[in-house]
Amino acid sequence: MLKVEGLHAGYGPVSALEGVSFEIRRGSVTAVLGANGAGKTTLLRTISGLVRARSGRVLLDGEDVVGEPVDRLVRLGMAHVPEGRGVITQLTVEENLRLGGLWRTGRGRDRLPGVYDLFPRLQERRAAAASTLSGGERQMLAIGRALMARPRLLLLDEPSLGLAPQLVAQIMRVLRDLSSDTGLTVLLVEQNARAALSVADHGIVLNVGRVVAQDAPARLAADDQLRHAYLGF
Amino acid sequence: MQRFVDLTLNGIANGAIYAAAALSLVLIWRATRILNFAQAGMLMFTTFIAWTVIDHGVSYWLGFLVALASGLAMGALVERTIVRRVEGAPPLNAIIVTLGILVLLQALAGMLWGSTPRSFPPAFSIRGYEIGGHAVLFSRFDLFTVLVVAAVMAGLVALFSWTSLGLRMRASAFEPEVARLLGVRVGDMFTVGWALASLVGSLAGVLVAPSVFVSPNSFDAILVFGFTAAVIGGLDSPSGAIVGGGLLGLALSYVSGYAGSETVTLGALAILVATLMVRPAGLFAGPRERRV
Repeated sequence: MLKVEGLHAGYGPVSALEGVSFEIRRGSVTAVLGANGAGKTTLLRTISGLVRARSGRVLLDGEDVVGEPVDRLVRLGMAHVPEGRGVITQLTVEENLRLGGLWRTGRGRDRLPGVYDLFPRLQERRAAAASTLSGGERQMLAIGRALMARPRLLLLDEPSLGLAPQLVAQIMRVLRDLSSDTGLTVLLVEQNARAALSVADHGIVLNVGRVVAQDAPARLAADDQLRHAYLGF
Repeated sequence: MQRFVDLTLNGIANGAIYAAAALSLVLIWRATRILNFAQAGMLMFTTFIAWTVIDHGVSYWLGFLVALASGLAMGALVERTIVRRVEGAPPLNAIIVTLGILVLLQALAGMLWGSTPRSFPPAFSIRGYEIGGHAVLFSRFDLFTVLVVAAVMAGLVALFSWTSLGLRMRASAFEPEVARLLGVRVGDMFTVGWALASLVGSLAGVLVAPSVFVSPNSFDAILVFGFTAAVIGGLDSPSGAIVGGGLLGLALSYVSGYAGSETVTLGALAILVATLMVRPAGLFAGPRERRV
C-alpha cells in the first residue's frame, strides 16, 4: 500500500529525516513512535506532500508520489489529520465536515450520515462553531472530516494529544474498527506509545530521524531496553 | 435639523462608496494577508476603460459592465502573474510589490489617457430629490449607489455562506494548510478572491468617478478612505467593511458640513488614529477562540 524508501527531509539546515524506510500493508494500523524531535511529524508531513523530500521515494500503490502537489495526493486517497487536529475554528462543525468531501464532486454529502453514525456527538453539535468544541470533540471532527473524502490511507498526527485517557481509548477503538471494518490503512504517529501499540498491527520506532526498530507491538513492548530508551513506559 | 438630515443622507451615499472600497481591501487581506495598495490604481484603470467605452458613445450601462468585467479579469491577472510570487513571503515584499503595481498602472494610464481629468457621467440624475419644496442632499444616483453596494454585499454573503466555492474560499483564508490537506486548490481560491475584490473595487471606481473626475491620481483618496473604513470595521470582516464605510461616510459628512470640507482628510486621519488606539482589531473583531 505505502512504501517509504530512504526518505530524507528537513527544514533549512536542520535535517529531520535521515534515510527512513518502511512498508505498510493495506488495511493495517501502523504506529510510529518516538520521543519529541524524533522526526515523526516531519515523516507524516513529507508523506502527505507538505514538506518536500530531499531524497528518497514514497510509493503509494507502486507510484512514486514525491514532489506531487498536496491536492493531487488527496485525490489519490491520502488523508492527513495534522498535529493539533487542524479544525477550522471559524467554521461550523458541519462546514468542517463538508469541506472534507468537497473535492469528491456530488458524492461528498453521502458520507455525512456515516460520519454522524460514527460520532453522534458531532451531529448534536453540527451547527455549532468549531471553536466551541472540546478537545475530544475536535479530534472526532478532524477524523470525521478526513473520512468524508473516503480515503484509502489515513495519516494521523498525535490524536491522543491533550485528551483524557478514556477519550484516547475511544479514539483508538474507532481507528481499530475503521481499519478492520472498511479496510482503511492507518498510519498513526504517537507519543503515547502504550495507547498506540494497543491498537496497532505494526510499530515503528523513530529516533533522531532514523528507524531504530520495527516489529509487532507485543515484541516492541517486550523489549525493556527499547521501552526505556524510546517509548517512555 | 434640515441640514443634519441632508448631511446624514449625503453621508450614507458616500459611505456606500467607502464601503465598497473597504470591501475590496478586506477581501484580499482576508484571503492572502496582503494589503493591496495597488487597489487605487486597479480601480482607476478599470474606470478609465469604462470611460473610454462611454466616451465612444456606447451606452453607460455597457461601460459599467465593462468596468466590472475588466475588474474581475485584472484582479485574477495581477494575482496570477505578480502577487503569487510574494504570497507567504515577508509582508514587506508584498507592500513593495503592490506599491509597484500602483505606480506602474498610474504611469500606464498617464501614457494611454493623459493626465487631464475626464468627466464621468453618473448613471442617474445627481439632482437631489424634492421633498416639501426643498432639494435634499440625496439624488437618484445616490440611491442607485446605495442599492448596488447593498446588492453586491448580499451577493458576497450568499456566495460565502451558501456555496461550496465560498466554503473553500473561507477555509483557504482561515487555514490554508488545512484547506490544502482537504484537497482544496488554495492557489485557485486566492485568484478568485483577488478577482472578486478587484470587481468590488472597480464598482467603487465607477460610483465615485462622477464626483472626482477620472485621472491617474484621482482615486488615491478613495483608497485612504476605504482603508480607514476597513480598519474601523476590522480588516478581517466583510460586514465590518460595510459598517465601517457607513460610519466613516456619516462622520466625514458631518465634519465636512459643520467644520468645512477642507477638514475632511484630517477628520479621516483622526478617526483612523482613534480607532487604532481604542480598538485596534476593529469593531468586528472575531470572537476569541476557546483554548483547549
